[in-house]
Amino acid sequence: MDVELLEIRQHMAQFPPFDSLSDDLLDEVAGQVEVGYYKAGTDILTLDQEVHDLCYIRSGAVEVYRRNGDLYNRLGEGDIFGQFSLLRNHRARFPAAALEDTLIYFIPEPVFRRLCESDVHFADFVELGRPRLEAAVEDQKKANDMMITRVRKLLTRYPVMVEATTTVQETARQISEAQASAALVLDAGGENPRYSFTDSEERLWQMCGILTDSDFRTRVVAEGLPPDTPVGRLVGKPPITIQSDESVHEAMLTMLRNNIHHLPVLHRRRPVGIVHLSDIIRYETHSSLYLVSNIYNQASPAGLAKLAPDVRAAFVRMVEEGANSQMVGSALSTIGRSFTRRLLELAEQELGPPPVPYCFMVNGSMARNEQSIVTDQDNALVLSDDFDPERHDAYFLALAQRVSDGLHACGYTYCKGEVMATNPKWRQPLAVWRGYFRDWIEDPTPERLLHSSIFFDLDSAYGEEAYVEQLQDQVARQAAKSPLFLAAMARNALNRTPPLGFFRTFVMEKNGKQNNSINLKRRGTAPMVDLIRVHALACGSSAQNSFDRLDDIGNTQLLAPGVGEKLRYALEFLAMSRIRHQMIDIQQEREPDNNIEPENVSDNERHNLKDAFQALSNAQKFLKYRYPLPSRSARSR
Amino acid sequence: MRTLRQASPRDAPSWPEYFEQRAAACRSPLLSRYFSSGTAAPTTPVGDVEMVALDLETTGLDPRRHAVVSVGAVPFTLDRIRLAERCYWVVQPTRPLSSKSVTLHRITHSEIAEAPDLERILPELFEVMAGRLVVVHFRHIERPFLDGAVKERLGEGIRFPVIDTMSLEARRHRLSLWARFRRWLRRPPVSIRLHDSRLRYGLPAYQGHHALLDALATAELLQAQIATHYRLETPVGELWS
Repeated sequence: MDVELLEIRQHMAQFPPFDSLSDDLLDEVAGQVEVGYYKAGTDILTLDQEVHDLCYIRSGAVEVYRRNGDLYNRLGEGDIFGQFSLLRNHRARFPAAALEDTLIYFIPEPVFRRLCESDVHFADFVELGRPRLEAAVEDQKKANDMMITRVRKLLTRYPVMVEATTTVQETARQISEAQASAALVLDAGGENPRYSFTDSEERLWQMCGILTDSDFRTRVVAEGLPPDTPVGRLVGKPPITIQSDESVHEAMLTMLRNNIHHLPVLHRRRPVGIVHLSDIIRYETHSSLYLVSNIYNQASPAGLAKLAPDVRAAFVRMVEEGANSQMVGSALSTIGRSFTRRLLELAEQELGPPPVPYCFMVNGSMARNEQSIVTDQDNALVLSDDFDPERHDAYFLALAQRVSDGLHACGYTYCKGEVMATNPKWRQPLAVWRGYFRDWIEDPTPERLLHSSIFFDLDSAYGEEAYVEQLQDQVARQAAKSPLFLAAMARNALNRTPPLGFFRTFVMEKNGKQNNSINLKRRGTAPMVDLIRVHALACGSSAQNSFDRLDDIGNTQLLAPGVGEKLRYALEFLAMSRIRHQMIDIQQEREPDNNIEPENVSDNERHNLKDAFQALSNAQKFLKYRYPLPSRSARSR
Repeated sequence: MRTLRQASPRDAPSWPEYFEQRAAACRSPLLSRYFSSGTAAPTTPVGDVEMVALDLETTGLDPRRHAVVSVGAVPFTLDRIRLAERCYWVVQPTRPLSSKSVTLHRITHSEIAEAPDLERILPELFEVMAGRLVVVHFRHIERPFLDGAVKERLGEGIRFPVIDTMSLEARRHRLSLWARFRRWLRRPPVSIRLHDSRLRYGLPAYQGHHALLDALATAELLQAQIATHYRLETPVGELWS
């Protein structure tokens, strides 16, 4: 590299998408840029001007506008613009002006084209093919834990190893004793250096085969071999193995490729364990499963409350290992439901069996299986229609009180909006609940629905599941037929809007205002979930999970082709971002919350969040248009 | 015409006239070719002129005692600085190199040992300068050093108009009423060195003392100066010297 261009090259190498370029490509870009200076307030690109370069901001700040004059983006050092015009018709789609004195590096089109052809990341970033957000989410998926976790992490014990002269019966006994499902068969001495190793006592061994549970069936019993057959006679060739520092993913591929279920794991040449296919399958959810079984083993609410730190630990582990938002959301919801169920079981033990059947209903994020680590409790009781308040309510109040207090102690704080079974309004027989939903749907106003929309995410956690299923069905049936209801829900879904994006260490609002932090739930995931719910209700879906709802919506013509996918990627990215920042809070021993501070947001995350906000904003515009408030005459009809 | 008088104090032919005379009189075909490419009329708007930012790194400040070590040139207009057309040469200094200037210019002795004599790069250098108005920061380096070096090798010297970004800064910060007022208050004068001048226009801090990087830095500074204090229509005659 010409030393003289280091200045340019090193600057670009700090910022996406240039940060991922190879050194050669980066040199080529640095050597070809053209430079231009723009005084604050002057135009860099005017509308429909011919564009033949990608613009890179070396210093200063630039504002990009929509055709109608609305602010589209505010960009700073290291940001690029003009790529959309380059990729389309070479006319500036969005005009750009210098907000501060600005130095631009122009990257000529032939160089830009070469970068797109030679670097996938670059092409993804400028959205040559798929949208940038989609690429980001897909990349996250690929970086999943299976790719990075080493297979040795799955090993729990040393392999059962027997000499070739051991009888099949003795081998079977040793396998059973170790609660294993396979044994390695060894020969003393080592003629073949590839398979030989020394044990802790410096004896030389050679691995000559593996005998699994199913071999005992197919090769011993089915063949009618006597129990004193030496195992050496049953094994043919040394087994396929894997090194302990290979990834779990590689282990899985090896099993699939060779159609085997047992894979000996070696450290250098010494066997250190055997992974079974089920170990891999169990692996991803292992820690949360363990936690759940621990919940059911607790004998008191106090014991449950002690598990609260474990929930955070399981959460951190899942995120570190690359779980996506759906995995995290459903694991945390399962954990939350388990706490709820266990508290109900304990309460029933204390209070005696319920006088009439009931269903404990959960609402909001737990019902959607999208719970986060920062959450309050939203629940209600749907009672049998045989419920007699005079005789039965004292029992159910006591039950609700125990669950609610217990959940609070476990970290699921009391609901500020009183959406809890302890509230008499939300502790009612099924018939009353049917009436509630009918009233909300048939006689809606945005104001009335504001506080009840949480009930439109509903699921049973314990008891007579059928009660809540009936309510789910009722909602799915009636909501789609009530334009007024959908319009009211849609109006409420527009109450919270996303920001425009980020600029330096600020959050940029659409009006150009800058803030220091952003509540990613209020300004991102929640409005996204709200608008998906409206579409789901409109198409008669009874799904509760937002991604399941998007599947149902996708089966209709409600959204233009591709829009559902965009929303899915946007929601996944917003949710993951929120999860990641909560994990950082926990790791840095701060109380996790829903806020993210721009200085903690990486360059790539900024760009992707900006795209997600944009997708949300567009979807909100469509919502307003799709579910208009019916005119007065239509209403009276 | 004050600036023109500075440039040619005696009988003052205009720059285009001077180029014409030299093109006819030069014995060196190299120089004759350079001068016959002409130079812009003083009335030409600066926005219409093809320019080249030039920077020489030298072993010292005195053309009689010190020598050229490297040469950087970047063609540009007020619109665009075209790095793809950049030129950079390390040359063999005719006078010994002190270790101080080695660290200053980030050029090693071994690089210099393999470098050609300046004469070998003259054809390429004149080619990139031909028809372009030279822009430098501090004209008392580039013009006299180049003049001396060319005279030594071709027997005839070379002169050309330059826009000096340092003297454009000086007009603002040393000669203005405000600057005289500061001086009267015994405030330290504003620095008009390349790096400090750039910061006033919001230009990034480059690590200086590399001929090509300084040429780029000078071109950027001129773009900023014109955008801030002049207009695209400003005649070059008001800027050059």
